[in-house]
Amino acid sequence: MAEYNIDEIIQEKNLVYKKSKIRTDDIMHYCPGCGHSTTTNIIADIIDEMGIQSEIIGVSPVGCSVFIYNYIDIDWHGAAHGRASAVATGIKRMLPDKYVFAYQGDGDLAAIGTAETIHVCNRGENITIIFVNNGIYGMTGGQMAPTTIEKMVTTTCPHGRDIKTMGNPLKITELIADLPGSYYVTRQAVNTPANVRKTKKAIRFAFESQKKKKGTSFIEIVSSCNSNWRMPPVEANKWMEENMFPFYPLGDIKVPKE
Amino acid sequence: MAKIQGAIVVETNNCKGCRICVEVCPTNVISMAKEVNSKGYHYAYMEFPEKCTGCANCAITCPDTVITVYKKRVEQ
Amino acid sequence: MEEIKLMKGNEAVAEAAIRAGCDGYFGYPITPQSEVMEYLTAENLEERSGMIILQAESEVAAINMIYGAAGCGKKVMCSSSGPGISLMQEGLSYIAGAELPCLLVNVERGGPGLGTIQPSQSDYFQAVKGGGHGDYKLITLAPASVQEMADFVSLGFDIAFKYRNPVMILSDGAIGQMMEKVKFSKPIPRMVNLPKWAATGKKPGRKKNLITSLYLQPQDMEKHNLKLQNKYREVEKKEVRFEKYLCNDADYLIVAFGTCARVSQKTVQLGREKGLKIGLLRPITLYPFPYNELNNMANSLKGIISVEMNAGQMIEDVKLSVNGKVNVEYYGRMGGMIPTPEEVLEVLENKLIKNG
Repeated sequence: MAEYNIDEIIQEKNLVYKKSKIRTDDIMHYCPGCGHSTTTNIIADIIDEMGIQSEIIGVSPVGCSVFIYNYIDIDWHGAAHGRASAVATGIKRMLPDKYVFAYQGDGDLAAIGTAETIHVCNRGENITIIFVNNGIYGMTGGQMAPTTIEKMVTTTCPHGRDIKTMGNPLKITELIADLPGSYYVTRQAVNTPANVRKTKKAIRFAFESQKKKKGTSFIEIVSSCNSNWRMPPVEANKWMEENMFPFYPLGDIKVPKE
Repeated sequence: MAKIQGAIVVETNNCKGCRICVEVCPTNVISMAKEVNSKGYHYAYMEFPEKCTGCANCAITCPDTVITVYKKRVEQ
Repeated sequence: MEEIKLMKGNEAVAEAAIRAGCDGYFGYPITPQSEVMEYLTAENLEERSGMIILQAESEVAAINMIYGAAGCGKKVMCSSSGPGISLMQEGLSYIAGAELPCLLVNVERGGPGLGTIQPSQSDYFQAVKGGGHGDYKLITLAPASVQEMADFVSLGFDIAFKYRNPVMILSDGAIGQMMEKVKFSKPIPRMVNLPKWAATGKKPGRKKNLITSLYLQPQDMEKHNLKLQNKYREVEKKEVRFEKYLCNDADYLIVAFGTCARVSQKTVQLGREKGLKIGLLRPITLYPFPYNELNNMANSLKGIISVEMNAGQMIEDVKLSVNGKVNVEYYGRMGGMIPTPEEVLEVLENKLIKNG
């Protein structure tokens, strides 16, 4: 049996995976185990693989991911809360040959930004929207989001979300899929290697689709928010699998026919 | 017969101790160190390096991309 | 070669935008300015200049599209009226904070609230004293004719790009709707080279460009604010514009902008026929306001009256200018009512001459 010689293994020629060169050296401010972190890495990996660093512009939101522009070495445009898809529209209409994506959380996209989100997809803007849904408002300290599921506890529904007074959790992704302007709509996660690989494929397909000019690609990423859910990261992922995934099932919701 | 031997290198000071890598490693290579890094996190390390196959599950799921993965084909 | 056309103020803005090499217009209908977008959508823009036009789902969306497009270094604009401009305040604060150029047109209507569709000048404070949050200024041009509606488009874009700041054309429903002759200059092509600071895709050899107004560390935020303030001091030094009518020997001065300036010009003529030495100062830039000019003029005046279609807004800047040197009175109409030259003269006589 061959001996295990670590020095012979750890050599440049044996490299399998390392942090993308499109990721910067800035330490990400996200909490340990946050889905935003993993998603940010995936986006950087895809931009690197596609070789489009000089052809892509990202629109960053207000929310936990407000500083995403510090972590990926591309041109960025910081949007006001909820407006990222409108900002992305302005950019794409001016620079139609560039790749443009908006990165948003659940409050940004499905509360204050609902009108912009729906109309961008209704117009079928040739952009990609990446929507990280953790069912809570992270940055501001854990308040209820439109996507908070029934009975989930947050600081503004401390006894659990009550449908009668607070409304139903909003499945905005399904609404978007109904619009003719949306081209590719999918719901993914980044908690396991298999899910990470699927998300990578989805984002790559979405970016590549921009060249076809056939409409908006919309990728929801169901994520945990372990800090505001008050659980350690691994447990939060388990809670997400048991509670969020049944309500927000993973998989392709709208796939182009070609 | 050829066998794959893998190894990971963890940027221990940037590891936030989330333990997701421990969960996703198919061969239970990784554990969290008893020591903490300068930020106070228990960092990930290979407790059983010989079991590593270089699959990179840990690295691609690591939220902070602190893991670099290598693998080498060796003769048995 | 000049072209002369007869058109509405709103239409003149649209035609001027195409000729000024505007890259994009993002707007939303609201009376009394919907003709701006209607004109643009009716033109064959693809053939004329390739300018993009998009009707957004709200003014909130429109200003954010402007913000995105401006971040690419493009010449973009939108137009609205009071209620819509109110919705755009957040976006304007972001645009100013991120130091982006753009052009806004407010064709004012009576307010507050839903108000009326008739003209007013009651958005003066909103435009000049900052409608959005934070320390920033909207460079504000006040046209008083359809010709100026057209001319101020390219002027506005030039100033916007010179200082990397939003510029507003503060018009009113009367000027937007009236028809006058306009001379248009030859069209200029749309810009090919985009500014170095624009977010257009990080080409090799430069750092990434970030369009942002976020500076979380207070020291950084203060530094950024000082930078903006320095810029505004430059604007105040170099961009003041005004027009004087029969002021050289004037005892009494009317200060008025836009439609009120047109009315007041007639008042000056009527007053002069009666032997009264009245003059008119028409600020063309409301920000930067002609403080120094008015302060100098105050040395030889017996009284000033500010004539506005609002409850008294510009009068505060007039009073600041003269700093107590001379009595400043106000006359105004609200709710879409436009003063007549005769009533302005009567008030001027009562307030400045009989009681002065």
